[in-house]
Amino acid sequence: MKTRITELLGIDYPIIQGGMAWVAEHHLAAAVSEAGGLGIIGAASAPAEIVREEIRKAKELTDKPIGVNIMLMNPNAPEVARVVLEEGIKVVTTGAGNPARFMKDFKEAGVKVIPVVASVAMAKMMERCGADAVVAEGTESGGHIGSATTMCLVPQVVDGVQIPVIAAGGIGDGRGFAAAFMLGAEAVQMGTRFVVAKESIVHKNYKEKIIKAKDIDSEVTGMSTGHPVRQIRNQMSREYLRLEKEGAGLEELEHLTLGSLRKAVMDGDVVNGTLMAGQIAGLVKKEQTCKEMMDEIMQEAALLLG
Amino acid sequence: MFEKVVAIIKEQLNMENAEIKMETSFKEDLDVDSLDLFELVMALEEEYDIEIPSEDLEQLTTVGAVVDYLKNKGAE
Repeated sequence: MKTRITELLGIDYPIIQGGMAWVAEHHLAAAVSEAGGLGIIGAASAPAEIVREEIRKAKELTDKPIGVNIMLMNPNAPEVARVVLEEGIKVVTTGAGNPARFMKDFKEAGVKVIPVVASVAMAKMMERCGADAVVAEGTESGGHIGSATTMCLVPQVVDGVQIPVIAAGGIGDGRGFAAAFMLGAEAVQMGTRFVVAKESIVHKNYKEKIIKAKDIDSEVTGMSTGHPVRQIRNQMSREYLRLEKEGAGLEELEHLTLGSLRKAVMDGDVVNGTLMAGQIAGLVKKEQTCKEMMDEIMQEAALLLG
Repeated sequence: MFEKVVAIIKEQLNMENAEIKMETSFKEDLDVDSLDLFELVMALEEEYDIEIPSEDLEQLTTVGAVVDYLKNKGAE
């Protein structure tokens, strides 16, 4: 399938993998790219040198394009940006902020910049400062979220900008893919389904939680802090919400979640860890290779889109 | 200009009854997040027919900072 996104990025399938902290490491990114999409290494809050290692390891596993997601709120974002340039990465997605300050360097190096946006105004601003595309991410997504839904956000962003739009949030199969395309998207970004990929290094307990999750198991914490996070409900999310209700301050809440994603991803602590996942977790039913998932999605979508 | 900026803030952010002064901080006093700020900037650009580059957004922390910024840009 050809869209402006597949042309822009030099990929076969218009499917991009989300830059999930701890999850989006080199095995997963390489597998998604190798299967025809765009794999992404999520720099999150990792030190820049770790990001460099991840990029190099991914390149050993695939010759296809790989992207890096830079979390702009992270104080070391400038160092990560430099590593991205030094390692010859050609696609960057950005989250949690405004990539304007890096735009000139990226453009000069021929790096395609794709900010994740949660509103039309933000998408317009990003287009004006030189973004090549945007990811319009709805509140159905896992992890840090905005408030507009994918169904409402995507067509409005499509109307608001000339650059191509990638839909994210709540997309987990060919139906979701086709729906996003009906809304005007030219690619999709998926996170939750890739968490349970065979190539994903996420602990099996976490994967099982996603596979067993029902439609109503999704919960949002952190509304009071201005940084809401979607996850599968467990002891940790209940404890967090209890503290929030009691009026706990940011410091106390941050103390509670310090290292909690790592605990879930690496140690498989599904009780006290934070199980970030999108609302679509209920639809994700089995562990498959990235290639199996993506072939299946593309076949289903092709039937639906005619 | 102050009155006009206040009117734009109130309209864009649906804050009809907010008490807004020059020293009012968007984040601390009005609970304005980054997405709200994008909305506001788009509206100001339209009203004053100027362009506000997104790297300048970080300077716009208070209502007074916005007014000063607009004046520096030659807006009237």
